[in-house]
Amino acid sequence: MEISQPTKTPEIVREQKEILLSQIDEILELYRGEKSELIPVLQEVQQRLGYLPEVGLKQIARYIGVPESTVFGVATFYAQFKLVPTGRNIIRVCRGTGCYVRGATRILEALESVLGIKAGETTPDLEYTLETVACFGSCALAPVVVVNDRVYGRMTAEKVKKIIACKEEA
Amino acid sequence: MPFKDIKKEAIAQWEATQNSPNPRILLGMGTCGIAAGAGDILEALKLELEKAGIQAEIIQVGCIGLCYAEPLMEVVKPGMPSVFYGNQQPELIPDIVQDYLVGNNPRPDLALGTRGENTLEGVPQLFELPVLKPQVRIALRNCGNIDPTSIHQYIANGGYQGLINALKIKPQEVIDEVKSSGLRGRGGAGFPTGIKWQFCHDAPGKTKYIICNADEGDPGAFMDRALLEGDPHAVLEGFLIGAYAIGASEGYIYIRAEYPLAIHRLKVALQQMRECGLLGERIMDSSFKFDIKIKEGAGAFVCGEETAMIASIEGNRGMPRPRPPFPAQSGLWGKPTNINNVETWANVSAILQRGADWYAGYGTEKSKGTKTFSLVGKVERTGLIEVPMGITLREIIYGIGGGVAEGKDFKAVQTGGPSGGCLPASLLDTPVDYESLTAAGAIMGSGGMVVMDDSTCMVDVARYFLTFTQVESCGKCIMCRLGTKQMLDILEDITSGRGKDGDIELLLELGGAVKDGSLCALGGTSPNPVLTTIRYFREEYEAHISERYCPALSCKSLVTYRIDPEKCKGCGICARACPAAAIQGGKREVHVIDQSQCTRCGTCLNVCPPKFGAVTVASGKPAGILSETVVAGEKV
Repeated sequence: MEISQPTKTPEIVREQKEILLSQIDEILELYRGEKSELIPVLQEVQQRLGYLPEVGLKQIARYIGVPESTVFGVATFYAQFKLVPTGRNIIRVCRGTGCYVRGATRILEALESVLGIKAGETTPDLEYTLETVACFGSCALAPVVVVNDRVYGRMTAEKVKKIIACKEEA
Repeated sequence: MPFKDIKKEAIAQWEATQNSPNPRILLGMGTCGIAAGAGDILEALKLELEKAGIQAEIIQVGCIGLCYAEPLMEVVKPGMPSVFYGNQQPELIPDIVQDYLVGNNPRPDLALGTRGENTLEGVPQLFELPVLKPQVRIALRNCGNIDPTSIHQYIANGGYQGLINALKIKPQEVIDEVKSSGLRGRGGAGFPTGIKWQFCHDAPGKTKYIICNADEGDPGAFMDRALLEGDPHAVLEGFLIGAYAIGASEGYIYIRAEYPLAIHRLKVALQQMRECGLLGERIMDSSFKFDIKIKEGAGAFVCGEETAMIASIEGNRGMPRPRPPFPAQSGLWGKPTNINNVETWANVSAILQRGADWYAGYGTEKSKGTKTFSLVGKVERTGLIEVPMGITLREIIYGIGGGVAEGKDFKAVQTGGPSGGCLPASLLDTPVDYESLTAAGAIMGSGGMVVMDDSTCMVDVARYFLTFTQVESCGKCIMCRLGTKQMLDILEDITSGRGKDGDIELLLELGGAVKDGSLCALGGTSPNPVLTTIRYFREEYEAHISERYCPALSCKSLVTYRIDPEKCKGCGICARACPAAAIQGGKREVHVIDQSQCTRCGTCLNVCPPKFGAVTVASGKPAGILSETVVAGEKV
């Protein structure tokens, strides 16, 4: 029988929160605290932590000197920002027109069935996040799938399954 | 060091490379090339050259536009023909290095074309190939020819001469030059660039801003990415010229984060400009001062709209605002601001280098110069192309593109992305210029050109684009936010077999209302894909609604896959490949698809060996109610 993970004690939660806040403080020190820096700050936090933790948004709002609602508004407006943790590997399927007419839908379906998640979701073990993007601009090699920073062109459902299988082995 | 001396040094370096006794290998390392495997080619080349003990220079260049032939490399051997090899694989590299660099056999069997004086029998000149001959490369003049990370190579090829020419004359004279070139904005709308500059130049105020729009958001378009990756200085030089003409001392490049390589190339280029005294105070010993910041977009299509982009740079949600005031009067932080697109800037540097008259010699009366397109979709030769305005769609798709892929029938070409339209075969002789494309119901757009064949359902294409605009709508205007949602719901009904009489009329009415009721171009043009597909492919809509028939056999709810018992050999390939385990049948038995399990993914059709061709797909009322008369288990 599988043993479920013990629930986190309040101490662990508090400790994790403090680590997050100090990491965000380090990032904020690199900025002057001007309004125009809000998006770059959010980008940097997301780059380092993989997502924008809610406690961090309050801290950022105070530093930039805008209401929390403004920070939340910006963080939810742009597709790049995530408010929940993402997986260690991010698989992005291009849904641009070039990819679409060359069968991107089938590739997305294949990935959804292999990973057992839908687009926009993360596997429970935090290994993979599956996303779609509007266009990567590699349309001539459609359909395109990007795994982390590597671009794979001329994909087929079989090829993406192989890529996942290789990752699993590694 | 004065620029004069930098230029002298750059030319000396360039000539030394050109006249070097060692061979040079130019490898296309744009994002497309890398995605096609250019990184593996680079490794293989390094390894083989070292093994063979050959002193050769490998130059990583941008995209020459022959994406269908990526990875692509050019081998320049002094005294011998310069040979392009396309569709490279690491396994072929040892042969080419041994035969051509160690030996003297250029391997014509592997060659795509040659360049320069020395030719090769049986191999065409690359620029005489049908894919390149009709092209005129102005914006893309250096892409694939120079190392984009070297400002010296750009300078040695005439780079920054346009800026020198501009600084010699008054800002107003620069604007006049751009006006007389006839250049119009390449971002899509086609507003005359010189007139736009004039507005900003004439606006009162000391502080003015200038923005380069590199937020190339149209799905199916990658011209700006390729340009920034392949020749960033051509864009930056134009940007500096514009800043001088308008009187701006600060500029922003707004570039989407999905283009990491282009951002990297820009950062390298800006650093080099600083080192060469092309940024900062007293540029080229004149009183002109200017600096550039890069702003990375965070993923919002609407930020391609000028006022939304300004809001985003200021740190806000990227939502457009009503105009007037236009950005030329009140833009970034309330100051006069001018925004032009990447390709426009690359044309500006060429115009100031070679003159307005030269530029105006290309194109039509009202649309001067050239336009880049990303030619993609179901076309034989996909690629990045640059053509003189006035060329016809047919010349592009059949001449340059080599026709529809896999010998299928042409159905439509889509230009202008989600703001554009789908044009049918009867309009293939439409010339590519702003007015003609708009009259046909499409738009020039930023340059996406997607070819569709008879397997693409036009109702589904309209649905696809509307899914995109509906998600990307910022939500400010009711008609854009809710009208597109209503239109999308209707299209989803039609493509899933729930279409009703009157749906087409309702779509037309809603489309008109969304056009009128939206503040910015995102909403105002979002009904175009629907309106043009109804205009030119109305019978497809009607077939979906009244006969539950998808002529392209692509709408899943309207098709049925079937295995022909006469043709099935019981090989079992389809049953093993079926992701839904919907195919039953043992070895050497006729296989049957369980329609209640079938997800209509089409895998069985793809994997059934062509010599059997047992899987068929059908649509329409008769096919939809096909009763399975074959019982699984029947012997072949």
